[in-house]
Amino acid sequence: MPALAVTGLLFGGGLLLAAVQSVGLLGDDGSSRLTLAAYRTLLTDTAFWRSLGLSLWLAGAATLLAAGLGTGLALALRHTAARSPLRWLLGATLPLPHVVAALVTVHLLSQGGLASRLTHAAGLTASPADFPALVFDPLALGVLLELAAKETPFVAVVALAALARLDPRLEEAARSLGAGRPARLRAVVWPAVRPAVTAASLLVFAFAFGVYEVPLLLGPTAPAPLSVTAYRLYTDPDLARRPLGLAASLLLALVSSGLLFAYLRAGRGRR
Amino acid sequence: MVPLALLLALQAVLPLVLLLVLSWTLRWYYPALLPGEWSARGWASLLSPESRLPEALGNSLWVAAASAALGTALACPAARALARRPDSPLRVPLLAPLLLPAFAAVMGVTVVFVRLGLTDTGAGVLLAHLIPVTPYAVALLTATFERHDGRLEEQARSLGARRAQVWCRVTLPAVWPGLGACLAVCFLVSWNEYLLTLMVGGGAVLTLPVLLVATTQGGDTALTAATALVTLLPPLLAYAALGTRFRVAGA
Repeated sequence: MPALAVTGLLFGGGLLLAAVQSVGLLGDDGSSRLTLAAYRTLLTDTAFWRSLGLSLWLAGAATLLAAGLGTGLALALRHTAARSPLRWLLGATLPLPHVVAALVTVHLLSQGGLASRLTHAAGLTASPADFPALVFDPLALGVLLELAAKETPFVAVVALAALARLDPRLEEAARSLGAGRPARLRAVVWPAVRPAVTAASLLVFAFAFGVYEVPLLLGPTAPAPLSVTAYRLYTDPDLARRPLGLAASLLLALVSSGLLFAYLRAGRGRR
Repeated sequence: MVPLALLLALQAVLPLVLLLVLSWTLRWYYPALLPGEWSARGWASLLSPESRLPEALGNSLWVAAASAALGTALACPAARALARRPDSPLRVPLLAPLLLPAFAAVMGVTVVFVRLGLTDTGAGVLLAHLIPVTPYAVALLTATFERHDGRLEEQARSLGARRAQVWCRVTLPAVWPGLGACLAVCFLVSWNEYLLTLMVGGGAVLTLPVLLVATTQGGDTALTAATALVTLLPPLLAYAALGTRFRVAGA
């Protein structure tokens, strides 16, 4: 299978090489000494843990927002036709590059941005400083809002595709058996969309946890999310810090695969 | 339904309208809701001879087209196999790059790229883009082949058609809608990629997202907005053209 060559050699091989270099082998200066120094340095550094915590917060909150809002939108739109203009509008920002979406977010949410001007016009704020700092803020709320706004339609579109496969007769049967609207949603509709929403949420989490360009353009710098910290270490002019960048990236991959694996297992247990 | 329709319309057009306004703006002081002075300066400098737009546009186009074609072609056999055997143990390694950060792998593979002379080249960037593109293609095409009835090929074979004939006459027409959507999504995944291009291409392989981030850091808002519009136009046109089929897969 040629596809395995890409994922095996480039992706798997790349991760392996990253691991080898992160423990001091194949160094840039030709040195090869097995050492766990990079990991020791990172794991004892509070900045690393704050970076990781910020990434977890971003990915977790963005996933919850996108999953909740996306499912809600899908339920609101599920009786519209597959080719309705509403569904077309829903998906219109999907192809937007994140670099562009992040840039738009800056102009919308910064303290001198459009939202702040609107609250000024409405008499809610008197100056830019009255508007909450949502860009480059320590909680990365601007990043969070950008991710949630971009990924909500994604979840909604995936959920709508799952709803299209739901046999309407099931709901009719439930109704004729006396099930009210909430009961039908819980017992018929939700089981039909849950696998799709779960799968989409996993993709959203994985993406938000590793995304680089969005926090680069509108996120906090100290601490920055782990992806930004890792890349900064990797490209540090001081080559001795490169193994730190590699180790941080691998720890990010490890945490994300661990969480995803745990989530998948928990999901299987429930079914 | 009306408030919902307004909300959907707003989120769809807001980025486009805001960037259009910004790209024609000379001065826009707080708290004005509209720019005070308009100017074509942003577009002029984007289209000036010193601009690196043609280079970035060219690179973006060929890298995205090549990774879409290559990724889709590579994914076809894997997707067919996964469609036939959904419980295949190969599913996990084939789809894992969707869930793990590709930049970690590219950080590792860079030493090999340096030795092969692939860093700072378009070919190297193309290879790096295949890491996220191929698993997308595998996932999309698996769904396509799951809906495809394999007995059609058996029938053609039993009627004496050769392998190539079966592929061109039976398989390709049957899976074409899915294949087309897959090509479009793969093109988009590569077109939107920023970090991997930067890591492998350095400053040498300039694509639109790389140019856009560099322009952002230059601080010229009108020029940045104009560059952003050029970056988002092809994806938007593709979406307008492909509509429904395109939607399900774009992340």
